[in-house]
Amino acid sequence: MSQLDLTSQALDIRPRPRLQYQALEPRALKSGFLTGLTWLAALLAAVPLFSVIYMLLIQGGTRLFGADIAEVLTGLPPAGFEMGGGIGPAIVGTLIMVGIASAISIPLGILAAIYLGVLDSTSKIAKTARFLAKVLTGFPSILAGVFVYAVIVIRFGYSATAGGVALAVLMLPTVVLAAEEAMSQVPQRMKDAAYGMGCTRTQVIWKVVLPTGLPGILTGVMLAIAGASGESAPLLFTALFSNYYISELAEPTASLSILIYNFSGMPFQNQIELAWTASLVLVLIVLVFNILARILGRPKV
Amino acid sequence: MEKLFQAANTSGSISGPPSAREYFNDRLFRSIALTSAFLIIVLVAYILWEIGREAMPAIGEYGLGFVTGTTWNVSKGEFGVLPEIWGTLYSSLLALLIGGVFGIAIAIFLTQDFINHRLATVFRTVIEMLAAIPSVVFGLWGIYVLIPLLKPGAEWLHDSLGWFPLFGTNLSGPGMAPAALVLAIMILPTVAAISVDAFRRIPYKVKEAAYGMGTTRWEAILKVMLPTASSGVLAALVLGFGRALGETMALAMLIGNANQISLSLFSPANTLASLLASNFPEAGRIEVQALMYAALVLLAITFLVNVAGLAVQQYTIRKFEGKK
Amino acid sequence: MHKASVLKTALAAGFVSVFALSSTAHADDVKLNGSGASFPFPIYSKWFKDFSKANDGIRVDYQSKGSGAGIQDLINHTVDFAASDAAMKDKEMAQVEEGVVLLPMTAGEVVIIYNLEGVDELKLPRAVYPEIFSGKITKWNDPKIAEANPGVDLPDETITVVTRSDSSGTSFVFTGHMSNIDEAFKESVGQGKAPNWPSASNFVAAPKNDGVTAQVQQNQGSIGYVEYGYAKLTGWKQVAMLENKSGKFIAPGPESGAAALASAQFPEGTLPNSDVPNLIAWVWDPAGEDAYPIATFTWMLFYKDQDDDKAAALRKMVAYGIEEGQKIADSMGYIPLPENVREMVLETAEYIQ
Repeated sequence: MSQLDLTSQALDIRPRPRLQYQALEPRALKSGFLTGLTWLAALLAAVPLFSVIYMLLIQGGTRLFGADIAEVLTGLPPAGFEMGGGIGPAIVGTLIMVGIASAISIPLGILAAIYLGVLDSTSKIAKTARFLAKVLTGFPSILAGVFVYAVIVIRFGYSATAGGVALAVLMLPTVVLAAEEAMSQVPQRMKDAAYGMGCTRTQVIWKVVLPTGLPGILTGVMLAIAGASGESAPLLFTALFSNYYISELAEPTASLSILIYNFSGMPFQNQIELAWTASLVLVLIVLVFNILARILGRPKV
Repeated sequence: MEKLFQAANTSGSISGPPSAREYFNDRLFRSIALTSAFLIIVLVAYILWEIGREAMPAIGEYGLGFVTGTTWNVSKGEFGVLPEIWGTLYSSLLALLIGGVFGIAIAIFLTQDFINHRLATVFRTVIEMLAAIPSVVFGLWGIYVLIPLLKPGAEWLHDSLGWFPLFGTNLSGPGMAPAALVLAIMILPTVAAISVDAFRRIPYKVKEAAYGMGTTRWEAILKVMLPTASSGVLAALVLGFGRALGETMALAMLIGNANQISLSLFSPANTLASLLASNFPEAGRIEVQALMYAALVLLAITFLVNVAGLAVQQYTIRKFEGKK
Repeated sequence: MHKASVLKTALAAGFVSVFALSSTAHADDVKLNGSGASFPFPIYSKWFKDFSKANDGIRVDYQSKGSGAGIQDLINHTVDFAASDAAMKDKEMAQVEEGVVLLPMTAGEVVIIYNLEGVDELKLPRAVYPEIFSGKITKWNDPKIAEANPGVDLPDETITVVTRSDSSGTSFVFTGHMSNIDEAFKESVGQGKAPNWPSASNFVAAPKNDGVTAQVQQNQGSIGYVEYGYAKLTGWKQVAMLENKSGKFIAPGPESGAAALASAQFPEGTLPNSDVPNLIAWVWDPAGEDAYPIATFTWMLFYKDQDDDKAAALRKMVAYGIEEGQKIADSMGYIPLPENVREMVLETAEYIQ
C-alpha cells in the first residue's frame, strides 16, 4: 500500500480492514481450537477400532496362530470345563448359512432390482418396493429372527435353513438397493443403442445392463454377505447352536457369532480365549468380503 | 439394398426384430422380475402380518397397559415394557449424543480439506472397518475392555457426584454407560457416512464464496457449510438413531438385563431388542404372545424413526439436485 | 456378454454348492438333540461327548439354554429330549400329547458365590440371604451380615445381586428354598423359574449359570447363585456357608449335598394321566444336621413315544448316564444318585418307546 495512493485520503475516514491473516486474532484462535478438537475427535474415533484389533490379535491371535492351529480351526467346541477344543463346526456353520442366505437373496434381490432399476422404475409397485426395501435396511435384525421363528421354527424346529432364511431377510434389501443403484448408473445411451438394434428388454438387461453394472452389483452383494456373516441376533433362536459339524440342513447349526455370544459369558478361561479366537476368525471373514467388495467394485478401465 | 436387408435378417446379423421365442423369453423374464419386486412387498406385509397375528391375543389382553406397565412377570401373567422402551430410547439417545458429535466431526474432518486426499482415504477406511466389526465382537470387547476401563471412573463419579441423577448408582459391571458407548461406536460410521454425503452435495462454489468473504475455515463450516448440509446431517442422525434402536447383541451382553427405569448412567437396564434376545428362546405360549407384542412395539418405533430419517434424506437430495 | 455368463455361472455354482451339501447327510446316524438346564450342563456335555465317542452312529447334542427353554422346546417338539431342574408342571406335561417320561439323572447343590476381596469365609444366616435376594439388605457391612461374621472386614459397599435373566431351574430351586424359609420372600419375590426379582439398581441379570458365575467373578462386591460345579470347576473359593434348618453353617460339598438328598422321598404313583412312575421329589429345607440347605435332583425329560431308533438310543444314553456317568459326578461338583434311585431310573427308562 503506497502512501502516495490518491484514493487513500478518501478512505481514511473509515478504519481500513486488515486483510492479512493474524494468528492471534480471537476468531483465528477459535478456528485453530476447533481444528484441534476435530483432529482429537477423529483420532479418538479410531481408538476403539485399534483397541478391538489389538485385543483380537493378542487374545485371539495367540491361540489361532499358535501350535494347535489345526485343532482350533477344526476341533469341536470344548465342554464346560475341558481344555483345548476348537471352533470348526462354527466356521462351517456360518459359511453354510451365509451360503443359503446368498442363494435366496442374491437372485431374488438382483431380479427385483432389475424391475426397480430398469424395467419399470416409476410404477407404483416399484416405488412401494423401493421404499420398503429402504425401510427394511433399518429393520432390527432380531425381528428377522422373531419372524422366522414364527414361520419356520415353530413348525420344523431349529435348523440351518431357518438361520439362512433369517439372514436372507436381512441381506435382501442391501442387495436390491445396491444392484438397483449400480444398474441405474448404466448410461441410457448404451441401452438405447441396444434397443435400436432390435433387442428385447430382456436381452438389453442380460447383455448390456447386467455386465456393465456388474462391478457395482458385486460390491453390494459382497457387502451384504459381509454383513450377514457377522449377524448373530437372527440366528439366536433360528439356527440355535450345535457342538458338532453340520450333517444336514434340517438340524441345529453352530455359527461363529453365537459361539462368541455363548462363550463370552462363560466363567472358563479356555472358552473366553476361544471366543476371542472365533472373533478374530469372524472379523477376518467379514474383512475378506469387504476387500472383495472393493476389488470387484473398482471400475475396470 | 433390399437383398442385403433380407440376408442380414436370416443370417442372424447383429440387428433385427425379436423372434417369437425371444419375445416369449422377454415376457417371461419380465414377469419373473416383477414377481421378485412384488415379493419384497409381500415379505414386509408377511412379516407385519405374522408378528401382528402372534401378538393379537396379547394386544387384546393387555391393550395399551402393556406399553405403560413396568413389570414382566411370567408366572403372574403381568407384562409391561415401559422399562424396556425407556432403556431402548435412553441408550439410543445417549449413543446418538456421543456418536452424533463424533460422526459429524469426522464428516467435517473428511470433507473440509483438513487433510490431504491420501490421509482422508486412510481415515475413511478406518471408519468403514469400524462398521464391519460384528456386534458380538463389540459385545465381547465391551465386557473385557470397556467395562474394566470405565469402572474406576464411574466409581469416582458416583462417590463425588452421587447426588447428580446421572451418577446416582455405582457401575457394578454391565450397565447403561458401557452399552451406550458401544452403541455410539456402532452408529458412528452410519452418521459419518451419511453426513459426508450431505457435505459432498454442497456445490464447491458455496465454500469458495464464504472463503472469499474472508471467513476463517471454521466460520465457513459453522455458518455456511453446516447450515447448508443441516437436513442431510439431520437425516444421518435420525437414521443413526434408528440403527441404535434395533441393535441387539452388544446390548444384550452389556446392559445388564434389569427391568427398571433409572436415569443413572451406571445402573443396569434393558432394551426391547435384548428383552427379545434373552426371553424369546424359552418363552411359553403366553409369554411368546407378549414378546410378539414387544416386537411389534419395537417394529413400530424403528419404523417411524426410519421413515422420518428417509424422508429428511430424500428432502436433502431433492433440495440440492432440484436447484442445480 | 462374457460378464453376464460369469454372473450366471456364479449363481449356478452357489445353488449347486448349497444343495450338494444337503445330499451329503448320513441318513443312518441317530442324532439326538436336547436342550434345557444349564445347571447340569458341564456334566451332561461331558457325558454326551464321551457317549457319542463310544457309540458309533449315535450323536447327542445338548444346548444349555435354561430349564424353561428346555421345557418349551419339548412342548414345541423342536428337540428329542430336554433337561430341567424344575422338573415339569402338570400343566406343561399335559401339553405333550404323546406323554412324557421324567428321569432324575444327577443331583446338585445351589451355592451362593460372592466376590469380596480378602473375605474368604462368609456365613449367611437363614434370616439374611433371603433378605439380600429380596433387596432388603443392600450393603455388605449391614449389621445383620456383620453379626454372623465376627472378625471379618466387610466393606461399606453396595451388594450387587446377580440373578438369572432367563427362565431357570436353578432359580426355581433357589427361590423355592427361600420361599420355604422366609414368608416375606415368598410374598415379594415368590418361587418361580423367572421369579419376580425386585426392580432395584443393585440387581443385575445374566444368562445361565455361566453368565452368573462370570458376572460375579468379574465384579467386586457382587453375589449370585449357581450350581456348585460352576464354583468348583472354575476354582472359585468365595462360596458362602449357609445356615441349615438345625442352625449349623454348612459349606457345600459332596457329603453335605448327599446328606440333604437323603431325606428326599419319591411319591408313590404315577405322573398325571399316565402310567409312568412319578420320579419328582423335592427337598426344600432338609432337616439333617450336616445337610447343605439347597440341593436338588435334576431331570431329563423324554417323550414317551417316538421313532424306535431314537427311543433305543435314548435308553442307551440314560443307561450310560446312570452307570458310567455317576462315576464322574463327584469330581465335577455334582452329587451321585443313591443306589435305589439309579435302579428306579433304569426301570422307568423302559417307558421311553
